[in-house]
Amino acid sequence: MTAIGAPRLSRRIGEGAFLAFCWLATGIALLALAAILWSLLTQGIGGLDLNIFTKSTPAPGSEGGLLNAILGSLMMCVVAMIGAVFIGVLAGTWLSEFARDSHYGKVIRFLNDVLLSAPSILVGLFIYTIIVAPLKGFSGFAGSVALALIAAPVITRTTEDVLRLQPIALREASVALGAPVWSTILTVIWKAAQGGMLTGALLAFARISGETAPLLFTALNNQFLSLDMTKPTANLPVVIFNFALSAYDDWRRLAWAGALLIAATVLTVTVVARILAREQRRS
Amino acid sequence: MSAVADLPPTVAAAPSRSAFGAAFDKGFEILCFSAATFLLTALGGIVISLAIGGWPAFETFGLNFFISAEWDPVQEIYGAAGAVTGTLVSASLALLFALPLSFGIAIFLVELCPPMLRRTIGTAVELLAGIPSIVYGMWGLFVFAPWFAKHVQMPIMMSVEPGSFWEKITTGVPNGAGILSASIILAIMILPFIAATMRELLLTIPAQVRESAYGLGSTTFEVIRKVSIPYVRTGAIGAVMLGLGRALGETMAVTFIIGNAHGFPTSIFASGSTIASTIANEFAEATERLHSASLIALGLVLFVITFIVLALARLLIGRQANL
Repeated sequence: MTAIGAPRLSRRIGEGAFLAFCWLATGIALLALAAILWSLLTQGIGGLDLNIFTKSTPAPGSEGGLLNAILGSLMMCVVAMIGAVFIGVLAGTWLSEFARDSHYGKVIRFLNDVLLSAPSILVGLFIYTIIVAPLKGFSGFAGSVALALIAAPVITRTTEDVLRLQPIALREASVALGAPVWSTILTVIWKAAQGGMLTGALLAFARISGETAPLLFTALNNQFLSLDMTKPTANLPVVIFNFALSAYDDWRRLAWAGALLIAATVLTVTVVARILAREQRRS
Repeated sequence: MSAVADLPPTVAAAPSRSAFGAAFDKGFEILCFSAATFLLTALGGIVISLAIGGWPAFETFGLNFFISAEWDPVQEIYGAAGAVTGTLVSASLALLFALPLSFGIAIFLVELCPPMLRRTIGTAVELLAGIPSIVYGMWGLFVFAPWFAKHVQMPIMMSVEPGSFWEKITTGVPNGAGILSASIILAIMILPFIAATMRELLLTIPAQVRESAYGLGSTTFEVIRKVSIPYVRTGAIGAVMLGLGRALGETMAVTFIIGNAHGFPTSIFASGSTIASTIANEFAEATERLHSASLIALGLVLFVITFIVLALARLLIGRQANL
């Protein structure tokens, strides 16, 4: 190697190694995803029969399904989403339409972003101390409140983001026609941004439907089928947690089936939300 | 500035045709304001309720709560040091693994990926972020741990020199569960978050800046190292801290695979515990007042740690770009 050739070679090697590393890193991530999905499919599909949807969680050794857990999860998520959409949409609207650059607006925006990634188990502890402990009982509603508190920041954030994208001319046009500010927001701005807001709500739903930690000591669990949300309510994540760590093979099989069910739901909702967001951007 | 409230006063104050409409304007603003304030109250409520709930533990053990690693529900002695160390060690290790990988992925998606595959691979990485924590936990315990024990743990434990420093930090039960396995699972979980934020940051670099570097004859590596990374440095640090914040508070996956042993972690293969895993494991069964107070106090410690990390992350990212 000549004196001129040497640095060239080292540059080429450095470049090659760097590019190879980037490919490798992406490969590792894709491999991890494939491995997880593969395990879910192979371990979960065996337990996924009609019983899952028609029978409640069994005692060890007997036949059963996940009906009570699926129903409980669904109820809690729906109630949580109603609350979270209400709070999140209004809070996001305030940040985008009324607060903008005020100090208080900045504080709220900042704290909302922190709340967005705060450990979910702390939300569970919080709801336990303010709802479960004073009322002396675990309940599905407590679980819903915990989930709502996790979903609301997500919706607030996405709502503010999509509202900010709406052009000023839209607001001016509406107000110039004599519409009051509130009906401008309700019928013009929300309407224009509804696709983006729906995406945000779907992502929030995907996030809470797999959450386990905040339910451990709020909703607890329930072995039986029950629609009463003032009592401990069965839910998929906690059932999976309990069954997966149990010593019984049939419980573990149910846990895998439940995990497959949850992952499939979450991933489908996520993909649908992404596609919706893309369509929105295009139009 | 495109908010309704920012309109010139002449427009906003123009007489409204319906009296109800004008009257409701203020009401609507107050409604929105209350919703925003509710979020603030919730965050404040978390701190206050944890502080009140954990007070008996601070009162009983004082400073010892933070420096003692003894956690003994039978004798009612609780010290947070073990769980705090476990949390910090597992999150730091996770960051160590996730950092280079996620930067590699972000650079791959922005610079190297064939356009045809960009969307597919981008979505795939996002899906990794969407998989629920509990699924990671099950996969980690039943699939990853046995593989890890057989192909990584055993060979390493066999090959280290007895009595050496390496033996000391690799002792443990070769069942695949432990601090290191938990860190690897955590790394996979936080990697998509860091990668996605990094990718957004890299996309904010003006094309001219990168292209002029290429025009001077730089290789991709040199452009990234000397132009792109310095350009987004502040935000990149924020992205990393965001990942760290996630890793610190992650509960279910860690609970499955860390082995749940109290005290200071002794080696990377040994069982340990984190704050979140301790709370998840014990809170529902904690009947003694002091036990549950200690767990809530642990929660407050976790809150303070993650709040500092996340707040710094947001400040740094916010300064870089509006993400």
